[in-house]
Order: sequence, then structure tokens, then C-alpha cells
Amino acid sequence: MRQTPQTLFDKLWSSHQIAEREDGAALLFVDRHFVHEGSFHGFSQIKARGRKVAEPSLTYGVADHYVPTHHRDRPIANPEIAEMVRKLEQNTHDNGVTLFGLHDRRQGIVHVVGPEQGLTLPGLLIVCGDSHTSTHGAFGTYAFGIGASEVAHVLMTQTLWQKKPKRMRITVDGQTTAGIAAKDIALAIIAQIHADGAQGHAIEYAGSAIRALSMEGRLTLCNMSIEGGGRCGMVAPDETTFAYIKGRPYAPQDALFERAVEDWSRLPSDAEAEFDREVSLDAAAIAPIVTWGTTPDDALPIDASVPDPTRETDEARAAYIRDALDYMGVRPAMKLTDIAIDRVFIGSCTNARIEDLRAAAAVLAGRRSKVPGLVSPGSSLVKSQAEQEGLDRIFKDAGLEWVDSGCSMCVGINGDLVPDGERCASTTNRNFKGRQGRGARTHLMSPAMVAAAAVTGHLADVRPLLAGRKV
Amino acid sequence: MEKFTRLTAKACPLPQANLNTDQILPARFLKWPREKGLGSVLFQDLRVDADGKQDPDFPLNQTKWQGAQILVAGRNFGGGSSREAAVYAVYDYGFRCVIAPSFGDIFAQNSVKNGLLAAVVTDHDAAELAAAIAADPAREVTVDLAQQSIACGNRTYAFTIDPVSKNQLLNGWDDVDLTESYRAQIDSFRTADRERRPWAVIGPR
Repeated sequence: MRQTPQTLFDKLWSSHQIAEREDGAALLFVDRHFVHEGSFHGFSQIKARGRKVAEPSLTYGVADHYVPTHHRDRPIANPEIAEMVRKLEQNTHDNGVTLFGLHDRRQGIVHVVGPEQGLTLPGLLIVCGDSHTSTHGAFGTYAFGIGASEVAHVLMTQTLWQKKPKRMRITVDGQTTAGIAAKDIALAIIAQIHADGAQGHAIEYAGSAIRALSMEGRLTLCNMSIEGGGRCGMVAPDETTFAYIKGRPYAPQDALFERAVEDWSRLPSDAEAEFDREVSLDAAAIAPIVTWGTTPDDALPIDASVPDPTRETDEARAAYIRDALDYMGVRPAMKLTDIAIDRVFIGSCTNARIEDLRAAAAVLAGRRSKVPGLVSPGSSLVKSQAEQEGLDRIFKDAGLEWVDSGCSMCVGINGDLVPDGERCASTTNRNFKGRQGRGARTHLMSPAMVAAAAVTGHLADVRPLLAGRKV
Repeated sequence: MEKFTRLTAKACPLPQANLNTDQILPARFLKWPREKGLGSVLFQDLRVDADGKQDPDFPLNQTKWQGAQILVAGRNFGGGSSREAAVYAVYDYGFRCVIAPSFGDIFAQNSVKNGLLAAVVTDHDAAELAAAIAADPAREVTVDLAQQSIACGNRTYAFTIDPVSKNQLLNGWDDVDLTESYRAQIDSFRTADRERRPWAVIGPR
């Protein structure tokens, strides 16, 4: 008898299932668990039960959410922030968990460090108390964010109870035009399916435009899955994936690597596998995209205008648009390119890898930014590499600050904030009210588009700025 | 964890869509330990302006909604970050049930772990419920989990919840204790898995 064709996600699910309850919940084995400063609630819960981490060798700590991006050589000035970083050091130490701490040369944002170190591999199940854990799906990995109670459960048992999500395939076929980045694809998808469009679904990104993406582009794409409501998003592993992994510090080596590639090559969805939902986009039609409002699906091509609530027939939608425009300080129907900015931020688990920094630097080289801004590399290793390539000079010569690695201004809890009422062109993932600081106004876009906004002082199409430049 | 079976209480309408976890609990409060209680800063930046002045139009600031244990919210409630502290804030404030047309996946999961019922109703029913309680704030609403029903005045609405979450809330199950009863299966899975996926074990540095 022929086996039922399976999707990539079906294969990942079944290879981790330990048991299934009558109500449909499955107990899944967790291959890697990343913890950060914010995981302290989970550690408090296990301490309260008098328990320890069950599998310290499968648990990795990374200091990223609260770490300062300035003056790393000095003690952390804010005592509350210092305490958050100290607690992570204490909790990982007490449980024998490896920590990529504040002064480790491998420190960085957890979703950059995992792939960089070869801890993220195809076929694994990875969790972390952070919604952008979907990032790791770029390798053909079942990776998703969990809350503190689930963190505690994984710490104590290395397993997790889950209900199987539905399967959704997002196919992007064709060739993107020059100047279009993975971020533009991600925002185009979210604009189409909306911020809650993939709720209850595991996303698989497929199609020729996805295959053509580098690993870093795939990481950006999978990272934004949660902004479309999907708890996880993934890309089938292929030669691009295997080449990226080979030789990374924690990756399997030699014969074990060959064996792994054999297994990983069987992960892609079977040709006839069925999905519960299919969505498709034409890559050639995707333009550089920016957000104008307060959810990531408020995304439009840069040559468009902001919506006009008076032209909206649905009253609830019109009310939403009025509220969003009011918060953003933007006039109805104004051209996006007329929106002046106050600062820029290049960083975050979405867009702070070396290719992102190169893309921004290609626009900034030999030019000055009209506004202040921060460039925070995704990891300390990315920072070193960028410095070897001279990218730091380009950013500094443009008038931007070149700082250390962490979540920084994406979530602002380390003190890197956008001041109240200021407008920031940002490579991050959330334009929620108050996300980058109370009253902060965030426009999401690709690193090259942030660079274009920096040199013009307003939201701008990067494509003319790239004319005659090597990208 | 506290069970959820049936609740009769006042309900507060907050029908705007996409109230994400950054709105429910701004990130600067994530450092707070649970023991401190997070109810006082629920929806902080919607309730209070930068100068500390309360917004008199925000429902939670109005006398008529004090003591409400049910929140009737809009689409995509609790989307965004995985911060379980957003659920702590809703719970610590005194809510035991949120009714909305949809929830962020992680928020819904976190709710179950804390005894907070996230009940999914249609857009139409959410709007009708919000209108009914806005018209009569003192009116009590009854939410019955076993029946998956919401009674408000002479109207009854059905809500959906996945069977796994329903089971856990009705029983007040502790996940960890339950998992420990699967210890033998976990151990045999591990043994077989090491043969099946030797590369999944952490490699050399």
C-alpha cells in the first residue's frame, strides 16, 4: 500500500511525537531549547517546584533582550537591567546550561546565534520563549515561540504538549526585481493574508522565489511568520541549507554530516501532499514595501499613498484607519514618500545579519544620513565580520552609530528607545503602538529601504539610489 | 492551576481589533516578578497618558465596568509576542474569561496554562455581546465551558475552543504532573531517536 503523501510539517511532527492523548494533544520531544533574560519566569517556576533543568546539554542561554549596546566595558548602569542579565547568568550556571553571555564573542540575538553556531538544523524541533523563534524554520525546522509555563515544562521534561496545527502553503513563484529583499516578500505576504491570517496554521513557504533566497533571506521570511499570525513558518531544506550548515561549530561533522544530509533530503513535502490552505503570490509584482500604520499588515508599496478613511465603506475599518493615522501622525491619503522621518534603526532578529548590513551599506556608501540612527549587528560575530569588511566605516561615515549586538531598539527594554512622538524607519518586525518606546512611530521596511530613508530624510524608493552601484 | 467550569459575572466591552501583547502589557513591565501582580499595569498605555492622567473614555477606567471578570474583545486579541506576562496582567486584574473572534496562538496557549478562558465567537456575536453589555453594564453574563455557551439576557451564544484546551481548563490539569506519567514513553522515544537521528545530538565545537 502506498503511504499517504506527507508535507514537510507532517514529517517534522511525526518524528517528534512521543505519545498522543484522546483529545488530540501530542507530547513532542524538544531537540533544542533557547533561553534568554526574559525566561526568568520559567526558571522561577521550576525553582518553586524544587526542580532542575532536565537536559542541560540541549538548553542554550543567550543574553540578548536586555543587554546594553553601548559601553560594554563598563558595568551596566541601570540596576534593574543589570539584574535581568545577572539572573540569566545565575539560572544557566545553577543548571549547567551553556550561556552565550554578555562578554562572550558568540553573543548576539538568539535567532541569529542559533543558526550561526550550527545549533539550528533541519529536522529539529526548537522552542524558545520568544515569538520570533519561527525564524529557525528557515532550515526546515519546526520552531515556535512559547510562554513561560511552556518554558518551565520544557526545562523540566524536554517535552511539550501541542495540538497539531493546520497546514498552510504560501507559494511565491517567479523572479523578484532588483532592489527587492526577503523583507519585501514577507510584508507582501502579511499584507495579503493579514496579521491573523495564519492563526492555527504551520506555514510552509514554497516556490521558485523562495528557493532563490539565501539562508539569511529565508531567516528573515520565517521570522515574520508570527506577524501573519503563524506560530511557525518553514522552508524545505536544500543545497543552500546544507552548504550554510557545513562546518558550523555545533553542526554534525564528517560522516555524521553526510548521514544528516541524507536524512534532511527526505524532509521536503511529497509531491502530492495536501495542505489545508494554499496562498500564492507573484514575485515579479512585489515592489519595495513600507508600513504606514500600527500593525504589520498595514503595508503598501512605496509608490502608494496612505489610506483615506473617508473612502472606506466599512465603518470599523475606517475607525481603525483614523486611529492608526492619528497615532502615526500621518495625514489621510498623503504619499508615503512625503513622510519625513526622525531616525533610523538597523538591527533585530529580522534584519541584522551580514547580508542585511551589506545591503544597507551599499546604499549608504559615500552618502550621509539626514537623521540620527543606530546600527546594531545581529551578533557579535556579525559585528566582527562587518568590521573586517569595512561596513562599520560606511555606517559611521554616514553619521550613524555603530553599536554592540542585542534586541536593542526593536523592543526597547535595554534602554534603546525611540523618543515619544518621533518617527523611525526600522528593519524590525513590529510597528505596534509603543513597541519601540511609548509614543514611538515605527515604519517597517528592508535594510536597503531604511538606508534610503536615512539618506533622503523621508520614506523613499531605494531603487533609484542603487543605480550604478554594485549590490 | 485553577479550574474553569462556569462563571457568572459582569462583562466589559473592549471591541477594538488587534489589541496585541504590547498593548496588553508594555515591554517595560516585563521585568516585574509575578508576585508583584501585573493587574495594575494592564493596558497601561491605553489607560493612562504619558503624564499619568487616566483616559476617562477607556472602559477599564469607568466605574460601571469595575469588578468585571469577563472581557469582550475584538479580532486577533493577544497577537504579537509570547510574553506570558500579558496573560498574568489580564488575570491579575481580575478577568477569568476573554471573549473574542480570534486570539493570537501563543496568547491562547498561555491563557490555558493560567486558568484564563479564551472563548472564540463569531465577529457578529462578539459585536452583539459588546453592544448588549455596553447598553446595560450591570448585566451579568454566564459562560459555561462544558456547554461552550455564553448567556447574556435572553440570548445564548455558542463559542469554540479546541478540545485540548477545554479538557485542561475543566480539569485544572497540571501539565508537568501529567507528563511525568509518560516517563517510560519519553525514555524509550529517546533511545530509539538516538539511533534514528544520531545527528540531532549536539556535535563537537
